[in-house]
Amino acid sequence: MSEQFEPEIVAFCCHYCAYGAADLAGSMRLNYPANVKIVKLPCTGKTDILYLLKAFEDGADGVYVAGCLEGNCHFTDGNIKAKRRVARAKKLLDEIGLGGERLQMYNMSASMGPEFARVAKEMTERIKELGPSPLRKKEV
Amino acid sequence: MIIAEQKPIQEIKEMIASYQKVLIVGCGTCVTVCMAGGEKEVGILASALRMALKLEGKEIEFIETTIERQCEWEFVDQLKKKVAQVEAILSLGCGIGVQALAERLGDIPVYPALNTKFLGLPEQQGVWIETCGACGNCGLHKFGGICPIARCSKSLLNGPCGGSNNGKCEIDPEIPCGWQLICDRLKTLGRLETLEEIKPAKDWSTSRDGGPGRIVREDMVLSKEGE
Amino acid sequence: MRAGSNLEKILEAGKFAVTGELGPPKNADGEVIRKKAEILKGYVDAVNVTDNQTAIVRMSSVAASSILVQLDLEPVMQMVTRDRNRIAAQSDILGASALGIKNLLCLTGDHQKFGNETGAKNVYDLDSIQLLAAVKGMRDDKRLIGGEEIKDGEPKIFIGAASSPFADPTEIRILRLAKKIKAGADFIQTQAIYDLDRFEEWMKEVRDKELDKKTHILVGLIPLKSFGMARYMNNNVAGVSVPEELMKRVKDADDPKKEGIKICVEAINRVKEIEGVHGVHIMAIEWESAVPQIVEEAGLLPRPEI
Repeated sequence: MSEQFEPEIVAFCCHYCAYGAADLAGSMRLNYPANVKIVKLPCTGKTDILYLLKAFEDGADGVYVAGCLEGNCHFTDGNIKAKRRVARAKKLLDEIGLGGERLQMYNMSASMGPEFARVAKEMTERIKELGPSPLRKKEV
Repeated sequence: MIIAEQKPIQEIKEMIASYQKVLIVGCGTCVTVCMAGGEKEVGILASALRMALKLEGKEIEFIETTIERQCEWEFVDQLKKKVAQVEAILSLGCGIGVQALAERLGDIPVYPALNTKFLGLPEQQGVWIETCGACGNCGLHKFGGICPIARCSKSLLNGPCGGSNNGKCEIDPEIPCGWQLICDRLKTLGRLETLEEIKPAKDWSTSRDGGPGRIVREDMVLSKEGE
Repeated sequence: MRAGSNLEKILEAGKFAVTGELGPPKNADGEVIRKKAEILKGYVDAVNVTDNQTAIVRMSSVAASSILVQLDLEPVMQMVTRDRNRIAAQSDILGASALGIKNLLCLTGDHQKFGNETGAKNVYDLDSIQLLAAVKGMRDDKRLIGGEEIKDGEPKIFIGAASSPFADPTEIRILRLAKKIKAGADFIQTQAIYDLDRFEEWMKEVRDKELDKKTHILVGLIPLKSFGMARYMNNNVAGVSVPEELMKRVKDADDPKKEGIKICVEAINRVKEIEGVHGVHIMAIEWESAVPQIVEEAGLLPRPEI
């Protein structure tokens, strides 16, 4: 491998918890990889399988959905709906041939700044190991 | 309504792999309700196919569209302009829709993205069950409003087979025994004794067994001249 | 006399009847049937021949029953509605009668999902009750289901049906039996019974409705071979419950097969005394060799000749 592969990761974060945790991680000056690009949703229950697929189609190497802890969703069970949709999308990604392991679901509360950073690191490491998305055009 | 299910991506991909430009058509009626072929599903399938094809080094341009219903010519005709631009159509309609597109849109091949499964309804969101046997001679009132032809695995008309387990059909524990349901319902209605009557052998000729169906309403048919 | 079969004569004469059962082979070898017949001959009044049981393709019951007729062992031909429509069913009934088959047991049949041809098309043109009515109509009214007359040679059949006293839904078990009798069942063979207390209660309900006077009831019995078998039947076979104490007896026995036979003999001795029970139907599938011993120890020999 000549150059270090830097994954492009999209994180769909809910406004009430995961985004709050991301904000907190920032204020706490915690380091987390710059590979993670955050997309804010009002609730992970807004996650549409199409958003996840489009992210991959547009070149993301990895995608994750981060919502509130189970039982604590601001909208009661949006995160449960998200969990099921993520599971379905993972199967679709396997069928497509891209691999469902590039997609994950995480849960955290707004006060869990360190957890946000940990998840971002974990996902980045996982995708580094999996390599770039085979859909990506080769960099010249 | 008609309940259908999407075919696996691999199977769909293989159907259209040889084309360069394909029209993906969704249907806004039954298959939208059963979440198999509506506008959303068209978007997801198109994205999935593009990715799957790209992984094989192939590329197909998909035109995505959804019409109100694929089973009425007036709606199908709306597709004529788009059809001129493509080599094939991938229909997310039920079998009726696929055939309607094939018949109405000229010499263009139409591929089915769905498997049409049965007549039924959503028991709850995400769960669809078969409830109507389309036998052509409805006698639901004799069975407490529950169809023994569709809901009993053996389409028995005179009572249960005795193979049920805790009210579930012997062939699948997810399926309730149709006759358990009928008995429970008749009990609630206080009409269990309707089961004593022997239902004679059914005349199946009113259904598909009598040949492909055709109904004509003379009062509704438009006249050919002076229309 | 409806058909003049051996089974019919024995039941009509008020004698206690014994029927056995055999399953045709999964191949075209008639020798298998001959061997099984040899074991059973003289110990039973008639032998049930199953019809693609559990939806597994076997030699047809018409053919196998015909072989038994040639061997002078009376068959009870079983016919399921799963595989044949009314044209084939009535045709087979005419053919069976022509081949000297005089007893017919009308059943719905296990769904093809259980068998070795799961992709087969469902038939179930008729259910078991409609089949009963059809055979009766052919015999007594000399008419097909569709109404056409059968001239100069209607089938002469002694008609049977199955009954599962403990199957769900329990509220209509007696209603269902009454319906089968009304449709034309001359005799009834029950599903395997192990819980004799519960069976006696059921028989009381049967007698209350005077159904025992309208048909001949034969109690189904399957001798237990092992604890595993007892547990399997209790847990997996709908309508069959094996009481704890019987399971324990088989489990603790040095020779489970011997204990199983003993339990079967005790059951026969008990049901013999129940008013309304006119015989037993011993289903020792793939253990036909147990039948002679059971019949002898239950004091049912020699079989009556009428």
